Amino acid sequence: MAHPVQLQAELLELTPVGAYHRMVLRAPGVAERVRPGHFAALAVGGPESSMLLRRAFTIHRADPAAETVSLLVDARDRGARELLRYRPGDPVDLIAPLGTAFPLPAGPLTALLVAGDHGSAALFPLAELIRAGGGSVGFILGAATAARLYGVDQAQALTPDVLVTTEDGSSGIKGRATLPLAEALKAIGAEAVYSCGPMELLAEVTGIATDEGVRGFCAVQTDMACGIGVCLSCVLPAVGEDGVSRFVRACVEGPCFDGSRIRWSDLGSVPADLYGAVAMGASE
Amino acid sequence: MDGTPEPAPDLTAPDPAAVDLTAVDLTAPFGGGTLPNPVSTASGCAGYGREIARFQPLAELGSITTRTIMPHPRAGQPTPRTAETPSGMLNAVGLPGVGVEHFVEHELPWLAERGARVLVSVAGERVEEFAEIARLLVGRPGVVGIEANLACPNHDNRGLAFGGNPATSYDVIAAVRETADPRIPVYAKLTPDVTSVTEIAAACVKAGADGLSMINTLLGMAVDTSTMRPALAGESGGLSGPAIRPVAVRCVYQVHAAMRSGAVPQVPIMGMGGIRSGLDALEFVLAGASGVAVGTAVFNDPSAPLRVLAELRAALAERGFSRFADAVGHAHRPS
Repeated sequence: MAHPVQLQAELLELTPVGAYHRMVLRAPGVAERVRPGHFAALAVGGPESSMLLRRAFTIHRADPAAETVSLLVDARDRGARELLRYRPGDPVDLIAPLGTAFPLPAGPLTALLVAGDHGSAALFPLAELIRAGGGSVGFILGAATAARLYGVDQAQALTPDVLVTTEDGSSGIKGRATLPLAEALKAIGAEAVYSCGPMELLAEVTGIATDEGVRGFCAVQTDMACGIGVCLSCVLPAVGEDGVSRFVRACVEGPCFDGSRIRWSDLGSVPADLYGAVAMGASE
Repeated sequence: MDGTPEPAPDLTAPDPAAVDLTAVDLTAPFGGGTLPNPVSTASGCAGYGREIARFQPLAELGSITTRTIMPHPRAGQPTPRTAETPSGMLNAVGLPGVGVEHFVEHELPWLAERGARVLVSVAGERVEEFAEIARLLVGRPGVVGIEANLACPNHDNRGLAFGGNPATSYDVIAAVRETADPRIPVYAKLTPDVTSVTEIAAACVKAGADGLSMINTLLGMAVDTSTMRPALAGESGGLSGPAIRPVAVRCVYQVHAAMRSGAVPQVPIMGMGGIRSGLDALEFVLAGASGVAVGTAVFNDPSAPLRVLAELRAALAERGFSRFADAVGHAHRPS
């Protein structure tokens, strides 16, 4: 488990970026411990707020010198919409860094980074880390519409190998991010693919990576109630190194996983062979 | 609990700077003995302690109540398991857990090493399973009490909760009391989803309960208007959080009143249900609780248990109480 801190961060900046808002927070003691894939859990409203559950956001950027972290807020949930009412100077109850970061093999790595919507926020610091280690990256950034893409310019600043897909064709290739995936993996000679976005996308990326013989890591985005591992809202069925399938917590064992460990087709169910399923009435 | 204490001074506008916070003796009645202070965690809201230990030293809490321990490892319910509701949440998590064997070998020693006083929540699908877990906890370091989770479905009665009627509540508590370490108290955790919580409380105390934990969640449900299906995979779930606090305070007040009148033998009550601040905790204490447990608030603020303790101490001092125990049931004093 990461060793997070809980503090009253100060909101420094809340800026619209396409369909999203970038939130910059002053959070002393946090940034230096953030690794790509870590997330932050924010309380919504003050001590009397009627919205009790924490909202989890991938940490987009962490700047130890400025003592800041930045997050990307998608206002599709009422808690996130409430956060957008905050103004610079307001305190935000923040717990970070949380979760398990993206695993990175030692030595230079050629990796393809695949994002759905604002899932890209988690991938830019990862790309910088891979490049700093002597490796190289390519990107596929996909979204339903052009407005829901995030960070195409940031990707292009890192590498010429950037593909953009939109489902409505309003930008780049018309289709899903997985459409050019197999070809892109071959084109850059990827040894690994890292993805972040909706579950369906991550499942498809993992399937294609497996078919192509490339390792696939992903950061899941799933609803959490606490973000720290106690509420057990965010569990997914996953195969352990011992071959036994268990529910694992996206907030502690994840959000970054080896995609081949997740039992994507069993999400939302308790498979009969899952550890502890017998006690729930599954037959042995 | 022990008669009417001296009336506290009327402090309508207490001045926090003027009170000596260190002067409050927080020793709290617990079973037939005491704990250093009244604050615990509510079962299922603090795991086995490891996660919240990152936010406060567990030994500083009066006790820590574990996730419910059952005989075998349990996966729990499918997702979605929780849904936010106004000032509360619904959960249908399904009592997932590691099983008693793993708990006593790995989780309990970890807690004991940290000086935590552990109130172990136990359950089974049959009366004998409750009793067997209580037996396996005999002599284990760190255990200060057992809390029988009567909301568990009864395998032998169509899956209805044991706590739904006096007879099955009695059976569970009597069986647990018989096998549990005689030196440690057995608490009965009561569900509010009954016609008369006092009647169930009386049955539990008659069966040998040394204390009552009140209350468990209320059964509730939400429908997701986007998917147009139940918000939880389990369809209905337990409602918790500040939304249920008035129900919980009412239950504690009623049962404490029944104890004062002699209708129910006197045992300490651990109050819980929507406690988020020291004043919330004080409400329960004044209503008759000798202990308080912080539950859903932990999801919002993992350091809530220790914060609630500090705020409760201040609230008692501001009201002129030098002993926590004097505030217990103070709302029942003659006007």
